[in-house]
Order: sequence, then C-alpha cells, then structure tokens
Amino acid sequence: MSGIPHDHYEPKTKGEKWVESRLPVIGLLYDTLMIPTPKNLNWMWIWGIVLTFCLALQIITGIVLVMHYTPHVDMAFASVEHIMRDVNGGFMLRYLHMNGASLFFVAVYIHIFRGLFYGSYKSPREITWIIGMLIYLCMMGTAFMGYVLPWGQMSFWGATVITGLFGAIPFVGEAIQTWLLGGPAVGNATLNRFFSLHYLLPFVIAGLVIVHIWAFHSTGNNNPTGVDVRRGSKEEAKKDTLPFWPYFVIKDLVGLSVVLVIFFAIVGFMPNYLGHPDNYIEANPLATPAHIVPEWYFLPFYAILRAFTADVWLVQIVSFLTGGIVDAKFFGVLAMFGAIAVMALAPWLDTSSVRSGRYRPQFKWWFYLLIIDFIVLMWCGAMPAEPPYSGISLIGATYWFAYFLVILPLLGVLEKPEAQPETIEDDFNAHYPKAADAGKGAAPEATPAE
Amino acid sequence: MMFRNLLIGAAVALSPMAALAAGESGHIENVRFSFDGPFGTYDQNQLQRGLQIYTEVCSACHGLRYVPFRTLADEGGPGLPADQVRAYALSFPIMDEGANMHLYDPDAGELRGLSENDHFPANNAMDAPDLSLMAKARAGFHGPYGLGINQFFKGIGGPEYIVSLLTTYEDPPACAPEDFPGSYNTTFAAGGFPAECIDEHGRHMVPGSWIGMAPPLYGEDVEYADGHSNDLHHEAEDVAAFLMWAAEPKLAARKQAGLTGVVFLAILSVLLYLTNKRIWAPVKGKETA
Repeated sequence: MSGIPHDHYEPKTKGEKWVESRLPVIGLLYDTLMIPTPKNLNWMWIWGIVLTFCLALQIITGIVLVMHYTPHVDMAFASVEHIMRDVNGGFMLRYLHMNGASLFFVAVYIHIFRGLFYGSYKSPREITWIIGMLIYLCMMGTAFMGYVLPWGQMSFWGATVITGLFGAIPFVGEAIQTWLLGGPAVGNATLNRFFSLHYLLPFVIAGLVIVHIWAFHSTGNNNPTGVDVRRGSKEEAKKDTLPFWPYFVIKDLVGLSVVLVIFFAIVGFMPNYLGHPDNYIEANPLATPAHIVPEWYFLPFYAILRAFTADVWLVQIVSFLTGGIVDAKFFGVLAMFGAIAVMALAPWLDTSSVRSGRYRPQFKWWFYLLIIDFIVLMWCGAMPAEPPYSGISLIGATYWFAYFLVILPLLGVLEKPEAQPETIEDDFNAHYPKAADAGKGAAPEATPAE
Repeated sequence: MMFRNLLIGAAVALSPMAALAAGESGHIENVRFSFDGPFGTYDQNQLQRGLQIYTEVCSACHGLRYVPFRTLADEGGPGLPADQVRAYALSFPIMDEGANMHLYDPDAGELRGLSENDHFPANNAMDAPDLSLMAKARAGFHGPYGLGINQFFKGIGGPEYIVSLLTTYEDPPACAPEDFPGSYNTTFAAGGFPAECIDEHGRHMVPGSWIGMAPPLYGEDVEYADGHSNDLHHEAEDVAAFLMWAAEPKLAARKQAGLTGVVFLAILSVLLYLTNKRIWAPVKGKETA
C-alpha cells in the first residue's frame, strides 16, 4: 500500500519466498498490520475495532441462528421460541444477536460523530467517508429487515409503516411498494425476501469494510490534530507514527474489552431492555399496536420523517410549487433520506481548511449542539407525534439540515481557527513531555512486547 | 388499497386521540420476586404453586402452546420429578380440539393423548390470548424518565403487570351503563370503554377499561400442598412467577452466562490495560515497572 513510507515485508525463508512470489499475501497482511498509525490517536479511535467485532459477532451468531429459524409467516415466531427454549445455548445466541445490533449502532454513531468532529471526512479521505456512509445505509437496511424476521407485532407493523414510505413516492410509489413487498401487503413473500436480503447484506457490508479500510490505509489515518503525518522519509514518518501492531491493536483491545463488559451485562441481566414487549406477541395483521415505534437507532431519522407535517409552511410552499406532487408525506420521506445525504456530502459542504474541531473555536459549539440535537431527535422519535414533541422535532430537524447546509459552509469563511501544532510529534510530546527527552519519542528499537 | 388502509390504521394509532382512547394503565406496584436483579433465580416452590393455579384456573381458557411439558422437570424451573411430569401431561385436558390438530391421529380418527414431549395445548376456544410469552409481552416499568434503566433491578415489570391485572378488578364506576360488556379492571388499558365515562375533553374519567375476562381469582381458589398462603395477592404473585418462567425458562442460565462474561472480560480488561500501559511506556518516556 502506498501512502506513509514504512518498512515493507521481505521474505526471508525459502518457503516464504515460494509463497510470496506466487501470491503476496504475507506481505499484504504484514503491511496491513504494521501500517504506520499516528501515535497521538485518542480513545475515540477504538470504535473501528468495536465495529469490526460487531460485524463478526452478527455474522457468526446469525449463521447459527439461521440453522434453526424458519422463514414462514406461520412458523417464524414459533421457530424463534424454539431457538429460545430448545436449541442448546439458543437463548444466548439470539440475545447476543439482538443486542449485538444495538452495540453495532452505538459504535457506528460514535464512529461517525468522531469523524465529524475531527474532520476525518475531509480531503483526502472523502472516499473513506462515502464508503462509510454506504456501510451505514446497509446496516440500517440489514437491521430493519432483521427486526422483521421474528414476526412479532412490531416486526409486522414496523415493516408495514417503513415500506409504506416508498408508497409516498409520487406516481410510481405504489408499484415500488408492491414490488418491494412481493404483494399488496406485508406477507410471506415479504418475510422470505427480507430473510434472503438480511443474510446477503452483511457480506456486502464485509466487502465495503475491506474497501473502507483499504481507503484509509492508502491515505493514512486521520488523528486528533488533523495534521498530516510527515512523509518526506521513513525516519520523518517514524517520528509521527507507530506501527499498528502492537501499539494500537492492544489499545483497541482494551477499549473493546471494556465495551464488552457492559455489553455482556446487558445481554445477561436485561436482554430485552432495548427491545419492545409487543414483539413477543405474534404478528397479527388485524390488530394494530397502540404505538408503532422503530428500534432506538432509527428514532432520530424517524423524528425527522414525522417532523414535516402538512402545516409546516416550507412543506406548503413545496407542495404548491410542485402542484401537490410533493405532499407532506413525501416531503417527510425526502427529509429523512436527505438527512443522511447531507451527512454524506459533508466533505464538500465543509469549507474550512482546518480538519480538527480542536482548533476551530466556533465549530466546536455548533458540533456539540449537533450531538444534543441528535439525542433530542431520538427522544422525540420515541414520543407520540403530538405537541410539544412535533414542534421540538421540527426545530431539531431544521438544525440538523442547517448544520450541514449552512453552518459548515459558512464557518469555513467566518471562523478564525486557532494555531495547530506543526507536527503530530509536537502534539504527542506536549502531552508526554518526557517522551521528547527519551529518544525524541521515536519507537524504541527493541520490540516492546519482548 | 390494503396497505393504504393499514397505513391509515397506523396513523390513527399514532395520533393523539388514539393514544388517549387507548388510555394509560395505572401505576404498577413493584413485587419483590425472587428472580429480580442480576442474581435472582426462580423459586421452585413458587413455580409449582403457580403451575397449580394455571392448571386449575387459567388453563380452562388460556393455552401455553410454546411451553413443552418436559421443561417442567428442568432444574431452575418447577423441577418436577420426571414421572410426575409424564403423568401430568397424560392427564392434561385438551379444551380446544380445533387449535391442536397437530395431535390428530388419522387411524384413530381423533386427537391422540398428550405425552411429556408435547407442548401444553393451544386454546383458542374462548378467544383468550396464549400465555406462553405474556410476562415478556407486557411492560409495567418504563422509568426513570422513560429510559427503562430500572429493568436492571426490577425487571421489565411483566409479572408485576399480571399481578396488578389479576388483583385490580373493581366494581364498575357510576358513570358506566349497567349492561356494559366485560368486567371493570383498573390495570387493563386495551379493553372496551363506555362513552359515558369520557369527559368533554375526550379524557377518561376513570382508570383502566372493561376486560373480557371475568375475575379469574378471588383468593382461596386453590389449596396449596405446601400450606402457603392462598389469598388473592399471593395467588396472583405465584401465577405471575410461573408465567415469567414460561416466558423465560432459561433465565438462570442467561444470568450465569452474563455474570461469567462480565467477570472474565473485566479481568481481561485489566490485563489488557496493564499490557497497553507497559507497551506504551517507552514511547511516552515513562518508566517501565
């Protein structure tokens, strides 16, 4: 891999040379594992490993669950109960898988906001960012379809409401919805195709993850200062970086391990905490639950979807201008997908030349407000669509768009950034003054793992 | 068109009026069950008493279709001896033949007898919901601030909801017409509600609603072999505990797995932290121990 200059793998033994001349796989693994990594990375950089772990956990538990699950409207619910009661360790597999989805989203949201704060999306990492957004979209699709599989009340009615969003598209919506569902309403065909896609998409995600990693290994990691690693020579680069193994592998594992302590406490002691009681009632097309609420990780966008009602003047203007083609419902759908689209476009909307929010005195506060906004939207999404929640949702949704479409472009022009450190080494040595004395903070010659 | 109707149904359900019409169930009192908290397990005697109530009272109308008889012998559950389970299954009456056609024996031309490897029969005869998962399909607690964190100590409140439902049958309020169908229950929120008891703002003047189920327990409905008190509240607690077991039979194994996971990962975390500290020490110019 190109990018930061570093030592490459040299096959030494006969066997290594034999393999490497035919398939340079050892070199690939070596370069991936020994990639020079900015040594000032903080604890917000552990979430990539947590996400990788989640993907593996979900795929492994999922493959075993599939061995006992039956995708049929008459048997799906019972087969899940069979897993919970009769399959050896089945209850644990299912609770791990169920809560694993939540951990996946906790990690991805922190990971995304990490990127938004430290400007990880900015040049030259736009492709990494876009691939990441595609992964996030695939995750949402996978999670949504996975939630339908147990065929409980929320599964069924969630699927009905969410696929109904596509029905809001003018002219072709109804046809698209029927095509998605495989029939006029959520039924056996829907369950089967969701099952098929729920199994397929994780492998698409796995492929995208490889491209995601490939992309940022080519550009090098961002870091809390946003300052580039010096690339003039290997020696120069070594002052700013440390190899991924063992320094960051072990550090990431510390983070992952602590996260898993909390994860196992939830799985073991309150596994249904993030679920919904209604999903322990078998799907019944004739009985609508009192409140249809999506899973927590969809709530912010669900709130944006519901925020734009017919009495919002912007909706009325758009509806008037389009001759009623874009009605309130379609506007809500556009807003929901738009909320993710503006996030994906952040690399081109942010005009500031400074990457890290650390050195952007005004940006900081707008960013903290965005996080609060996200949490408030999540809370509104769980509440009924009535005052005062609808009003709060509208303010929240407006701020979400304003942040990306107005604040990010303007701040780059209006804001006077603070001084950034010259090099990553300077930043690191400022934190660890003794490092500067001890051999200029470079990696010690002896392998630290001994 | 179908989905449009469904969507309208969903929209109506989400609308404030529907939320009001559905009503809010009253406050659910916490019950100190033996299976609460990270270390709680089922009380075998209580489960056996609950099973007795289910058998003698509830099973007349309610099925338990996801629960296999054999699990009555499970450790951590009711823990009945195997021969008792066999005899119990054999003598268990099937109230609703139509709902149990998987037992149909074409040679005999009738349903075959139950064995310990069968599930409890389904029962739709009275239109009563199956109770296999009832304790997990209802939530009594949502706090604090709707965050539900107190589940860690009190559970989700499903069994408490059942206790509350069974013990809050009351005389119908004066506003209700005398012939209003069902029994008035202050916990049950999803039942019928007379228009006479709704004020001009669309608010319910009395809590709860009218439930189709007549009061199933009055106290002293069963005679416990272990001499345990059989007043109404104790009976309700016992059957709620049994239904929690029916819904979550692997609770003890799950908590054990969780505890093992937490303890080992905590130790691993400490070891990894120390490893990390040592690896980074030379880089940070710190002394290595």
